[in-house]
Amino acid sequence: MAADTTDAPADSGFGKISRTKDVAFRLLALAATLIGIVSLAVLLANVTVDAVGWLDWQFLTNPPHPDPYEAGFFPALIGSIAIMLLIALITFPLGVGAAVYLEEYANDGYLTRFIQLNIANLAGVPSVVYGLLGLGLFIGLLNIGYGTVIVAGFTVSLLVLPIVIISAQEAIRAVPDSQRQASYGMGATKWQTIRNVVLPRAMPGIMTGTILALGRAIGETAPLIMIAAPTTVFGVPNSLFSKVSAMPLQIYNWASYPNTEFQYGVVAAGVVTLLVVLLSINSIAIIIRNRYQQRT
Amino acid sequence: MSQPDFSHDGIRTARGTAFRYLFMLCALLSILTTVAIVLTLLVDSADFFAQVSPVEFLTGTRWSPTNDPIAFGVLPLISGTLIITVGAAMVALPIGLLTAIYLSEYASERRRAYLKPALEVLAGVPTVVYGYFALVYVTPALDTFLPLSTFNALSASIMVGIMIIPMVSSISEDAMSAVPDSLRQASYGLGATKFTVSTSVVVPAALSGIFSSFILALSRAIGETMIVAIAAGQTPRLADVTDPAGLFLNSVQTMTAAMVQIGTGDIVGQGVAYKSLFAVGLTLFVITFVMNLISEFVASRYREVYR
Repeated sequence: MAADTTDAPADSGFGKISRTKDVAFRLLALAATLIGIVSLAVLLANVTVDAVGWLDWQFLTNPPHPDPYEAGFFPALIGSIAIMLLIALITFPLGVGAAVYLEEYANDGYLTRFIQLNIANLAGVPSVVYGLLGLGLFIGLLNIGYGTVIVAGFTVSLLVLPIVIISAQEAIRAVPDSQRQASYGMGATKWQTIRNVVLPRAMPGIMTGTILALGRAIGETAPLIMIAAPTTVFGVPNSLFSKVSAMPLQIYNWASYPNTEFQYGVVAAGVVTLLVVLLSINSIAIIIRNRYQQRT
Repeated sequence: MSQPDFSHDGIRTARGTAFRYLFMLCALLSILTTVAIVLTLLVDSADFFAQVSPVEFLTGTRWSPTNDPIAFGVLPLISGTLIITVGAAMVALPIGLLTAIYLSEYASERRRAYLKPALEVLAGVPTVVYGYFALVYVTPALDTFLPLSTFNALSASIMVGIMIIPMVSSISEDAMSAVPDSLRQASYGLGATKFTVSTSVVVPAALSGIFSSFILALSRAIGETMIVAIAAGQTPRLADVTDPAGLFLNSVQTMTAAMVQIGTGDIVGQGVAYKSLFAVGLTLFVITFVMNLISEFVASRYREVYR
């Protein structure tokens, strides 16, 4: 750019060149912005087309089968939902509790800053390492049993907990301080203020963050592999201690089958099912956010 | 503690204190998690290092945990991870940075309102789905003009790159938006075009935030598991620097993919191969943890500048 700013004759076309460069750069930046979105859209279109004819009622209600025309997704679908419910039950109270402590109670000392840094770091630990934690802690030390619903739920809960805490903190921080002061002014205690003023106001934001974290949890595969969850299960789990599979595990298993009926048909149907479930979960989160947005 | 508590009712105060400690426990659980991760990895890795010397592990050039002759050199896995990370960086860093510039400097408020969530979808797609896309659509498409093997580093790293674009773009955009408008106005006042303002003023001013986003995104690429386990294959090989193209055209095995291979194998139990899982996990944890800390440090430095 330095060359452009030297004394140039008035008719050098300098303004025109930098104008062209400006427009070209703008278009380049726009193209870069669209590149990821467009390639994902193309891939999604491909997989949807491939899933046509395979994604039917029988696929959703059958157990897995070596014959692609018989193969179904039912145990994996139910397994994913069971694990997800357990994760919701664990992460919601723990995440909200931690967020309330950090935002309402903790003073800005070394311990608080250390906890905060630690949560940020936990959010960046690879999910496969959480799988090793589940394997070492719940299976090795507590001896709960390979690949059970409860171990899967605990392991993935620890994985998404930092995300839940961070989003709950943001929601609590967004509650205006004047409302807390008003509550104290009425003679309420700290706990009463949190229970009756802060939490109800922050709840839509907390719910949105938790549901988005559940969406993340439903796609996790590597931690489940590490805790030796079976990649294929033929029945639905009937207790916390049953072995359980999940949609991404079943997809991983099918993707390794060599025949094209599996690779381009059955797996595509599984991928579309997983994405539809994920999309529904995220839409619920967005609906909650939009419904309550005007109140903040 | 900071707010006054006007209650003189002992029971209510006691209940308030009980809740305070209950919530504190929830927050301390995050520290317990970190401690548990470190202990789990250290204890089982210690078993492994009792049988395989750390020197052999860190300098060995062959990884073969189950097939004779058995060898536990982690270098081939680290080189595989590096190849994927470099590939992903070549995709994600320029695209993510340009995206951030577009969103922060060029896009209208309305356009940004739908482009940002659309980009975040990229990070929300399950990685097993990306892995499947890479194996079944990207590899055959690239195979029409490149001599690719079925499992290869190229399509895996392209997919990892696409996945981490939002990490680069959203943190970089935050950093660019934090650059004070007065800097831009000063530059416009000197007759600069938007291109000059973006590249010569905003980007340098936001450099630490951009740098922090790069490190965080690369850390994600290093830890990414399912895409590489499905699409990059299971061939632990030390990078041959004399043949740079071949690095991407052939199958490689990353640290995470090796962990998946051991995790899905039939060697679950107490053998050395099983314990090697924890040694590789420890290596991965240390690398990503250090990178996350650096990213955090750089980001907190930049926050101080404009406040």
